[in-house]
Amino acid sequence: MKEPLVFLSNVSFQYDSQERPALNGINLEVHEGEWLAIVGHNGSGKSTLARLLNGLHYPKEGTIAISGIQLTEETVWDVRRQIGMVFQNPDNQFVGTTVQDDVAFGLENNGIPADVMAERVVDALNKVNMASFLDQEPHHLSGGQKQRVAIAGVIALRPAIIILDEATSMLDPRGREEVIDTMMKLQDQEKITVISITHDLEEAAKADRIIVMNKGEIYREGTPEEIFQMDEELVELGLDIPFPVKISKQLREKGINLSRHYLTEEELVAELWTSHSKM
Amino acid sequence: MDISLQNVEYRYSVGTPFEHLAIADVSIDIPSGSYLAIIGHTGSGKSTVLQHLNALLKPTKGTVLIGSREIKAGRKEKNLKGVRKKVGIVFQFPEHQLFEETVEKDICFGPMNFGVSEEEAKRRARAAIFQVGLSEEILEKSPFDLSGGQMRRVAIAGVLAMDPECIVLDEPTAGLDPRGRKEIMDLFYRLHQERGLSTVLVTHSMEDAARYADEIVIMHKGKVRKKGSPKEIFSVPAELLELGLDVPEVVRFQMKLEQTFSTKFEKVCLSQDELTDMVASYLTGRTSL
Repeated sequence: MKEPLVFLSNVSFQYDSQERPALNGINLEVHEGEWLAIVGHNGSGKSTLARLLNGLHYPKEGTIAISGIQLTEETVWDVRRQIGMVFQNPDNQFVGTTVQDDVAFGLENNGIPADVMAERVVDALNKVNMASFLDQEPHHLSGGQKQRVAIAGVIALRPAIIILDEATSMLDPRGREEVIDTMMKLQDQEKITVISITHDLEEAAKADRIIVMNKGEIYREGTPEEIFQMDEELVELGLDIPFPVKISKQLREKGINLSRHYLTEEELVAELWTSHSKM
Repeated sequence: MDISLQNVEYRYSVGTPFEHLAIADVSIDIPSGSYLAIIGHTGSGKSTVLQHLNALLKPTKGTVLIGSREIKAGRKEKNLKGVRKKVGIVFQFPEHQLFEETVEKDICFGPMNFGVSEEEAKRRARAAIFQVGLSEEILEKSPFDLSGGQMRRVAIAGVLAMDPECIVLDEPTAGLDPRGRKEIMDLFYRLHQERGLSTVLVTHSMEDAARYADEIVIMHKGKVRKKGSPKEIFSVPAELLELGLDVPEVVRFQMKLEQTFSTKFEKVCLSQDELTDMVASYLTGRTSL
């Protein structure tokens, strides 16, 4: 098996101002091309984990390796070249005065020659479907469009991994869909590895694998199907159960035979149709 | 206290090259003690409507009635403090507006600004902090040492301490986890019932609109597109989908079932229980034919 792209061994972290560790004994591997969702209630440690991956904080114990490079103060810049982050608030991460300047900002900081830069800006904006907005100013854009520009700024630097730190939580439903569709396309076509930190379970349901965080620890890990079997346990953890799972459960309680929980509405409707269309 | 918007129009930056018509011919009634949800896209004029509810914006045409106070286009309006005291707005991400050294000072700022004595303001701060589900110790802390969810509650307590008769909520649960969302929405509903507050909720969540509101207003391109009870609004889901808006999950699921089974149920269900009851009895009836 290939070496994992992200490797955490027994990682712990504590903020100076707090009495309890924010992360405790985290072991984690993320593989190339994977979409990993990290879910958990506010304060469960999921955003701290993202910050550690990017060297914004350093673990108090344990080690982190990205693409085989062990993360230390000496290697942090090499590691950051591998990882792009998209944060929650669309307005806090727009630094340029126009869309193309914003995407160019990171490239310029990395000393990319001007001709290569121009090409990469257009290319990145094409990939997020924002190429027709080159000279637009940020206040003319919707939240979803701003987040797509942020993604373009990140992919222009050609990272191996993109971390979405609740990147859709401030968007309206349409904006949320735009951003997720864009990321799924990038994962598929550019083979980018995605780590998505979220409490939107509909979004997590699209991941290859889900990690549930609670009180700074990994509480459970599995495919969406496995995680959503947790049922009421998810509610106790401050999360929710996806709608199709809730409906399957209630229908079963009301005497309708269903072989399992269904993760999508389409699957559930199809199952109801096949099992009840003939006698 | 009744609030009423009558044929309200609002233009931003009148007389400049940036002049822009935000809302036109908007008429909405909010009777005392009612719960109104306003839904619509980003840019549909929801926020502009909201800012008329306590005269932060004054109409460029039409009239706004807030209790006995009349705010008319083209007239200088003075002394709007009374109005602003009665209508408390909880803006989006209200925790961004915290600024004081301690939670207590932050909550007291609003009421004292409206002329309440320090002693009374402190009494209200204590009451408000309990109402939002926090404990008294938090009053002495800096608001910036709190978690995001706690900060949101403190900001809400600041609005409650002004003792408003109407509370206006702009996406009050954005960014919270599912439990936090439910707790905050239940909190507002309890206050709505216990204190007889009028409540106006601006939201993208069709679930919340369906669950809590007596009446729903759909804004589209600066105009009121439709008004009605949740049942009336969501019984024609196609209309909402046409506007690019969502419908509650239950309604969407019912539509999919109706399509697959080529049938039409006798009613539109707004709760999961209602839906699963109806579907279970339909399916059982079908196989025992």
